[in-house]
Amino acid sequence: MIAHAIFFYIFSFIAIISAIMVTTSKNTVHSVFFLILDFISISCLFIMIGAEFLGMIMLIVYVGAVAVLFLFVVMMLNVASQKNTFFKSTHGSRHIPIGLFVSLIIFFELIIVVGGWKYKPDLINSINLEISNISNTHSIGYVLYTDYIHLFQISGMILLVAMIGAIILTYRKREGLKRQSYFSQISREKNDGVDLVDVEKNKGVKVDV
Amino acid sequence: MFEVGLSHYLTLGAVIFTIGVVGIFLNRKNIIVILMSIELILLAVNINLVSFSIFINDLSGQIFTLFILTVAAAEAAIGLAIIVVYYRNAGTIRVEEIDKLKG
Repeated sequence: MIAHAIFFYIFSFIAIISAIMVTTSKNTVHSVFFLILDFISISCLFIMIGAEFLGMIMLIVYVGAVAVLFLFVVMMLNVASQKNTFFKSTHGSRHIPIGLFVSLIIFFELIIVVGGWKYKPDLINSINLEISNISNTHSIGYVLYTDYIHLFQISGMILLVAMIGAIILTYRKREGLKRQSYFSQISREKNDGVDLVDVEKNKGVKVDV
Repeated sequence: MFEVGLSHYLTLGAVIFTIGVVGIFLNRKNIIVILMSIELILLAVNINLVSFSIFINDLSGQIFTLFILTVAAAEAAIGLAIIVVYYRNAGTIRVEEIDKLKG
């Protein structure tokens, strides 16, 4: 129990500190790094408490997709080059120390969780549900695809609408760009493409391109 | 102290929620950090739902967390797309300089 408490305090301390750093950090890229650290700490807490599936989904969705999307947009908009009194010039190398720091903490957390889980299973005693002979993922699957199937499909629709909306918002028509037109390619007839000309002797043909 | 119970997790959720709200209020830099604060708030809600689900022995909380995750991902995608479009048109995403609706 004491190990559980110690791990809880470690992870929640890291989570709170990194949440504060997200909001107060001068550099937006650093904010994204600390956001990643925060998500990883919370997902470690979820795994510890017994919600393994959600912890892993949290890693995949938040760290793998959302945080990388944030990082991508921050880099793409070049926010750092705007005139900001807080930081003068930005080189890529300035992100390296803070990135190394964050990844070191993440590595440390992963060592704690995996080590505690694999080598001493009773170190982290996760609280299991009543139906403890099946795993967390298994039980979520039982409920998600039966009782909550409509909500599940509606959330799929939300994702579809979000995807279409994001594409339409950021789509930009550019001038002078050659595009493929399947319709005109397929509907092309022989008469449009081939022209038979009777060539007179010693005259030749004028070809207009 | 060493018996980690429901209240510990709820306190953690409350602290992170507060940090997110304060981050929205105090932010003077750019909108992306505000979006990140919203993600923090959703994360706090997820902590609450998961801890209740574990301690009450009901799976519904985890299912709802899954849906909140979906909505958070969609919201981040749309929000970042709007920010990209705004940056393209206005050339800035600093919070003080976005005042077109002020009239």
